[in-house]
Amino acid sequence: MDWREDGIILAIRKHGETSVIAELFTESHGRHAGVIRGGVSRKLTPILQPGAQVDATWRARLSEHIGSFTVEPVRSRAAVFSDRFALAGLNAVTALLIFALPEREAHPPLYRRTRDLLDLLGQDDLWPLAYLQWEMALLEETGFGLDLSRCAATGQTENLVYVSPKTGRAVSRDGAGEWADRMLPLVPCLRGEGDASDADVLAALGTTGWFIENKLAASLGNRPPPEARGRFLDAISRRIARG
Amino acid sequence: MSSNNDIDNLIEMMARLPGLGPRSARRAVLTMIRKRGLLLTPLADLMQTVAATARECLSCGNVGTTEICDICRDEKRATGEICVVEDVSDLWAMERAGVFKGRYHVLGGTLSALDGIGPEDLSIPRLISRVADEGITEVILALNATVDGQTTAHYIADQLEGRVALSSLAQGVPVGGELDYLDEGTISAALRARKPV
Repeated sequence: MDWREDGIILAIRKHGETSVIAELFTESHGRHAGVIRGGVSRKLTPILQPGAQVDATWRARLSEHIGSFTVEPVRSRAAVFSDRFALAGLNAVTALLIFALPEREAHPPLYRRTRDLLDLLGQDDLWPLAYLQWEMALLEETGFGLDLSRCAATGQTENLVYVSPKTGRAVSRDGAGEWADRMLPLVPCLRGEGDASDADVLAALGTTGWFIENKLAASLGNRPPPEARGRFLDAISRRIARG
Repeated sequence: MSSNNDIDNLIEMMARLPGLGPRSARRAVLTMIRKRGLLLTPLADLMQTVAATARECLSCGNVGTTEICDICRDEKRATGEICVVEDVSDLWAMERAGVFKGRYHVLGGTLSALDGIGPEDLSIPRLISRVADEGITEVILALNATVDGQTTAHYIADQLEGRVALSSLAQGVPVGGELDYLDEGTISAALRARKPV
């Protein structure tokens, strides 16, 4: 058994004294693990950093074996190490993918979005909104997508200000009625509208975060969502406080 | 292969050490037995002594034989600088270089989302209290140039911002390094950290 394709390194764990187990996110094979022999060597360590894009070849005698990877660097994203905001974002993306995706299940659209999102790392003015849209895509891919096109109660397409925590659908001010205090805010940038300031994106991430914590995590046996996401939200908050 | 259980057990224990496998452990044990007076007995005595006295320094986390290690007790090293390292082996590497004359703080690991290691699992709170109590003027973050190492460095920087001067080790071309063999991340870090000549 073998295959070869580009992948994004999500995590590296030491395996014995000289090898590592790498988790890659690939377009056709999804989140996939494999052993990299000599992975702790000086030659490979700089390549094997989370977020890096590699050309990976996976081999195993049987498909159910963990198998082994050989990798060649395609794109390093180590340049963001010195940028605390970008690094927090990178950590949130890799941690959420590990958290949310089952192993060996392909998610081609999410892979392409992730690759494009990571290519934007370091562009701090664009990144929070791009990250929000990626998180919505993650919810969509895992079966908890938000439908914000029209009001779930009245069918209205205007004056949509809430998201129903029950269905993930938009609700208008009129449609919410006495349930308004139980609704989540529908920040315009969730629908791709408005100027998407950091404060708007942070509020919108509160809404997507609710679905990650209460729907996605619940479907995964109530595991707590990764702390890396919370640290990225803290980084946005600090940026807002600094002005 | 020996038929003695004790020797087999010793070989098995030695084989668990980093850098040794069953074959090299067997060779080491055989050499020690052959040089009993020169190697085995002094080694056994020293191991017993170290087993009884080795402990973590209460201040910095270095490994020594006293509650406060030699570095922390050395008055000449009270320069107001603390060098933060991930592990005791990193502290020893810095000491081998012999260029840093301040004190250290060993974190005991790095933040890791994958392994569920948060700030409370490291000695970050102790570092913050040391900065307040010991008149520290600069904290040097000497953490590994990896995602986890730099995430931890940024976290500590956020916690200490405004209280003390913060710096980190430079990243770039290693001594003897050839540009052709460097990854693009290292080259980009080196270019950003360029200096006038």
